[in-house]
Amino acid sequence: MNNNLIASVSPHIRSNTTTAVIMRDVIIALVPAVVASCIIFGFKALLVEAFSIVCAVLWEALFQKICKKPTTVGDLSAVVTGLLLALNCNVDIPLWQLAFGNLVAIVMVKGLFGGLGKNFANPAITARVVMLIAFSGTMTTWTLPKMLQTADVTTGATPLTMVAKGMTDELPSYTDMFLGLHGGCLGETSTLALLIGFVYLLARKVITWHTPVAFVGTVFILSAIIPGVDPVFEILAGGLFLGAVFMATDYATTPSTNSGRIIFGIGCGLITILIRVWGNYPEGVSFSILLMNILTPFISKWTRTKPLGGVK
Amino acid sequence: MVKRMNGVHVPHYKNTADCAPNRMPVPAQLVIPMAMHIGAKANPVVKPGDTVKVGQLIAEAGGFVSAPIYSGVSGTVKKIEDVLVASGQKVPAVIIESDGQQEVYEGVKPPEVTDLESFINAVRDSGSVGLGGAGFPTSVKLKCDLDKIDAVIVNGAECEPFITSDTRTMLDRADEVYDALKLIEKYMLVKKIIIGIEDNKPECIENFRNLCKDDPAVTVQALPSSYPQGGEKVLIFNTIGRIVPEGKLPLDAGAIVLNCTTLATIGRYVKTGMPLVEKCVTVDGSAVANPQNVIAPIGTPLKDIFEFTGGFKEDPYKVLYGGPMMGLAVPSLDSPLLKNTNAVLAFNQKDATPPEPTPCIKCGRCIAACPLQLMPAEIQIALNKGDVEDLKALKVNLCMECGCCTFVCPAKRPLGQNHKLGKAMVMKAKQEADAKAKAEAEKKAAAEAAAKEKEV
Repeated sequence: MNNNLIASVSPHIRSNTTTAVIMRDVIIALVPAVVASCIIFGFKALLVEAFSIVCAVLWEALFQKICKKPTTVGDLSAVVTGLLLALNCNVDIPLWQLAFGNLVAIVMVKGLFGGLGKNFANPAITARVVMLIAFSGTMTTWTLPKMLQTADVTTGATPLTMVAKGMTDELPSYTDMFLGLHGGCLGETSTLALLIGFVYLLARKVITWHTPVAFVGTVFILSAIIPGVDPVFEILAGGLFLGAVFMATDYATTPSTNSGRIIFGIGCGLITILIRVWGNYPEGVSFSILLMNILTPFISKWTRTKPLGGVK
Repeated sequence: MVKRMNGVHVPHYKNTADCAPNRMPVPAQLVIPMAMHIGAKANPVVKPGDTVKVGQLIAEAGGFVSAPIYSGVSGTVKKIEDVLVASGQKVPAVIIESDGQQEVYEGVKPPEVTDLESFINAVRDSGSVGLGGAGFPTSVKLKCDLDKIDAVIVNGAECEPFITSDTRTMLDRADEVYDALKLIEKYMLVKKIIIGIEDNKPECIENFRNLCKDDPAVTVQALPSSYPQGGEKVLIFNTIGRIVPEGKLPLDAGAIVLNCTTLATIGRYVKTGMPLVEKCVTVDGSAVANPQNVIAPIGTPLKDIFEFTGGFKEDPYKVLYGGPMMGLAVPSLDSPLLKNTNAVLAFNQKDATPPEPTPCIKCGRCIAACPLQLMPAEIQIALNKGDVEDLKALKVNLCMECGCCTFVCPAKRPLGQNHKLGKAMVMKAKQEADAKAKAEAEKKAAAEAAAKEKEV
């Protein structure tokens, strides 16, 4: 009989949710987007995504080995980062560039700042921005969906680039944009697939509605106000839903109170529209999230909860 | 929509709700600590060699905030010695060897209750303390400015997993609960009595609705089964919508909250004169062979109770007073049953071992779970930095240690424990500041005195 009773502080039971369970849910929520990318861009999409995940996990394991830290790839956070980065790239991205992007995400942005939960910027977003600047050629060449390719035309512009270049008569229909039948990043084109993932994340209580709704809502309202900008087009185009649902809801780099999340979402929407309408880049979702990541500590400070019964 | 405080959904594990309590045979020996309540320790009035009977006073209240203690067996006082209690302190305990006769003390007779004063004296003499777990002497709670209170709230929430002893009180002793409520209505002139019960106990709700249907002062409120529904501040907010301000009592929100079993104790004492000498406790947990409710004299060693229920099916690695959310881990199976013990739970090795914490991912679940809207994730950072000012700004002192934040944390971080440490840090800083201010004032006074002397 055991005579050494454990005396620990209450509570003595814990919920079943662990970090790995949350990350697994994010991966499940991304499955529709992965499936959509395979349908739209072919089987190669899956290979690119798998390669990116393997890179992210290997970089994390290697970095932790070199730093003599415990290996934590089991928490699946590197899998999420690798998958998200792949979904933010073109299907024909050179694999060495993707491997480099993962190095930036996992080692520079996350590992060097102390690992999971300690990074101030979203690893996948930052890596994407670094890649966009470092490999501006391959990061802005867009392979067309399988069904739109012809014998001699395999690449084309994204809807946002078309608008930027004034090719408005070539724009896809709203339905095609909602389903994802246009050029773009692997995971960003199909709004339908991303919405399914959003509903799943809400149902599993992994994220709250605040940031995505504030983000997309701000983009919609601002584009409705600005003359010459089509609000429906703006929310269906580019990486808005991928960013709003999966990147602007990253725990470590966004505020953890609901009021903070709304401010974060509005800020993202505002910067996105500013860049899209008046900036040099056709798309601004990545930049907006990165900039708001930097503001997060301040937003968190301004939006502390008010304790019930607290007296000043 | 009714506004309610946040909380978490904990598993219910109310395995013993249908189990009418079994009375265990008289234990060979009782160990009765003199600190089973908040406040001053009780002072023993017996000495080794004295014979005592059931219901006989063995210790009188040691101050205003204190409570008398009575013997639950007939027998002989063996000794009075210090014992280790779950809080880690050593407190004196009266150890009584029982003779197995259970002879009732001659002095046990119904008290005369004719006015408020005699009612409160009766409550004090019943030995009642907050039986929901807090152990605050009940008579002290009732001795208040009657103009300030307009509602008495009966706590029948029983939101902790496993525990069903209050459920049994509400099913088996509802008449005693209502007797006490009628006295409160009569002598404390309370017009509004709310019985708050979680909706996972429909029989209890039904029982009280029938019992009190002709009493316009009493309403039975079915509350959602959400932990910590039975927390005092939570229950007040969720039933009458008031917030207890920082550093104040429920009284300041116009309410008194009384646990249903506390009321049953008062009801029984006024009717029969038998004070609080025994408790119905839920015996459960993954290490327990036959979970059930047991009635045992206060002071019964836990090992006797577990033995009576049929022992363990697995080695116990952690034994708790109370539920798994706020329960206190006991140092050994020799620990006695206390007045405010409503369950004794024993867990196997797997359930007893705390999980390894992993890095905080800043998910905000702790913030969303906190009934008082505190920010455990931020408190953790302030604590690690030793930032006392920030701990104060984050209102760490408001924390009622319900454990919701720790429960929901996916990184399995001991957030509730941080709050205990944070409170201690704030307290220490205050003491140091006070001591410093005092020293400086003395220094200044001395310097002034010296200057004056010089002038002279």
